[in-house]
Amino acid sequence: MALGSEAQGRRGTERPQLLLLRPPLSVLHEALSARFQLLRPWESPLPFDRFLAAHAAGVRALLVTGLASVDGPLLDALPALRFIVTTSSGVNHIDLAECARRGIAVANAGTIFSLDVADYAVGLLIDVLRRVSASDRYVRRGLWPRAGDYPLGSKLGSKRVGIVGLGSIGSEIAKRLEAFGCSISYFSRSRKPQVPYTYFPSVGDLAAESDVLVLSCALTEETYHIINRDVMSALGKDGIIINVGRGALVDEAELVKHLMQREIGGAGLDVFEHEPAVPEELFCMDNVVLSAHFSVETLEMSTELCQLVIANLNAFFSNRPLLTPVSARTRSYYS
Amino acid sequence: MESLGVLLPVPMNAYLESELARRYKVFRLWESPPERRQDFIRANAAAIRAVVGNSKAGADADTIDALPRLEIVACFSVGLDKVDLAKCRERGIRVTNTPDVLTDDVADLAIGLAIAVLRRLCQADRYVRSGAWLSKGDYKLTTRFSGKTIGIIGLGRIGLAIAKRAEAFGCPISYYSRSEKPNTNYKYYSNLVDLAANCHVLVVACSLTEETYHIVNREVLDALGPKGVLVNIGRGPHVDEPELVAALREGRLGGAGLDVFEQEPYVPEELFGMENVVLVPHVGSGTNETRNAMADLVIGNLEAHVMNKPLLTPVV
Repeated sequence: MALGSEAQGRRGTERPQLLLLRPPLSVLHEALSARFQLLRPWESPLPFDRFLAAHAAGVRALLVTGLASVDGPLLDALPALRFIVTTSSGVNHIDLAECARRGIAVANAGTIFSLDVADYAVGLLIDVLRRVSASDRYVRRGLWPRAGDYPLGSKLGSKRVGIVGLGSIGSEIAKRLEAFGCSISYFSRSRKPQVPYTYFPSVGDLAAESDVLVLSCALTEETYHIINRDVMSALGKDGIIINVGRGALVDEAELVKHLMQREIGGAGLDVFEHEPAVPEELFCMDNVVLSAHFSVETLEMSTELCQLVIANLNAFFSNRPLLTPVSARTRSYYS
Repeated sequence: MESLGVLLPVPMNAYLESELARRYKVFRLWESPPERRQDFIRANAAAIRAVVGNSKAGADADTIDALPRLEIVACFSVGLDKVDLAKCRERGIRVTNTPDVLTDDVADLAIGLAIAVLRRLCQADRYVRSGAWLSKGDYKLTTRFSGKTIGIIGLGRIGLAIAKRAEAFGCPISYYSRSEKPNTNYKYYSNLVDLAANCHVLVVACSLTEETYHIVNREVLDALGPKGVLVNIGRGPHVDEPELVAALREGRLGGAGLDVFEQEPYVPEELFGMENVVLVPHVGSGTNETRNAMADLVIGNLEAHVMNKPLLTPVV
């Protein structure tokens, strides 16, 4: 474990210091150890703030994994910090305004997750409509010979899909679902004239004209609980919600109530408001598919992410442009 | 005019049955105990001029022989493996099935199974429902679906629909078929083992015939390999099931998404404990929308026959 000193940055062959907050994926961890002097607070007997005071006074770069929070007080403890790289696309866990104020550049994972998240969203939707997980459970419990054929599901083709947030992930989802014969509409912060899909100026209007809502937007103050009781009512009792964004996009308590009262058709949920806690009322529902924030977790992604994180760090330490900078204008949950 | 007597060998669909009962005289074979069924058929043979079959039961040689007045077999399925087509041709018995209306659902399920296996969707759902996320908080890296080479056995309606969907995920498409199809950009393999060796997900989408019985055998499974995934939305007997179970048990095959089995509704219990398989109970066409459309097609074919009009979807 390396100790900090006032003189930072590259000197000859000395590797730059990089502060970690949590143990990263092992493949990333290995790649980083080879190139950087890693500060690993969890290995220290010192409490976190004392560790930072003792060792991180000169650290210029921070790697954020696992959506660990980066707020004002943490930044106060890192006076030399000039660069934060997060392994997520979402940046709602980072106080971007504070970073901007202190001249700290931020890089995220760009669009690296888009394919895997889009695939997962489609998989969840097929699973909910066609009861893949529920009927798999039925088979494994030995019910097929005992209780007969499984009840019928619902056809995906011709469903009206409303995408909330037509960024990189939303666009990949749209492209896929079109091939299944779905019609695509969207709500986004602004209309995108170059896309062939129907734009709705509000999520409520989108929901009223959709059979399925897919959530693939960032979590910001504006989008917190954007899927609320009114939107669920507009979507209707056969409507399906697929959430591969952030749990807090949905008023989770309302969703659970709607599901329990059969006022909504079903849901595929990879994210929850208070992960890893999941409302237990959902555990007995066959029209719900649950996942543990796994939508990005592929082997291919982990290789690509490693390469991207290291490329961004190398760019920072050599004063070159970052590959996936987060704009200072990106609105975060804190701003 | 004498009402059409229709033999229904097994329960299929409530809407279909009620539509049949509204128009015709329906003979429900399953209402007799198994040992009395031959008698039942014999007793009613004079009235039975039609059979409605499906993936479980149709009109085999013995049944056809027992029904001298049989004129038409209308299948509530696109598969015809339960119908003795040669005998029907010989006897001048018409045969219809339900193509096209179920193509989308079956293709959707094929892709859904592939994603579910590669991305471990069902396993994730089990993980959350068991409460494990709260205590364990671990994750396993799964395999990306986008961009994987899909090998399709049989490039008919369903095979083409699967290809179209997979293309939207950037998946290169290859196929094996009795003959190369013109007008596609997909890569053709004249040998199934070669196809299996050169794809990541192998999908069975051909019809079940004598030639395609156990077409997915040990050699094909070994060629598909420890990272390969088999998806079967065809018929159970397309795959040598004991060999499949052994390949999965021994890690010679990466995973399987199965909608059909050799002895439905029985599924090899050894599969129940495997994380790399997804097992669904023959739900390929199992949506309200599609089963209603299939039923309408069966009724439409029977009505056309009764009125001496051209059948809607004749096979024989």
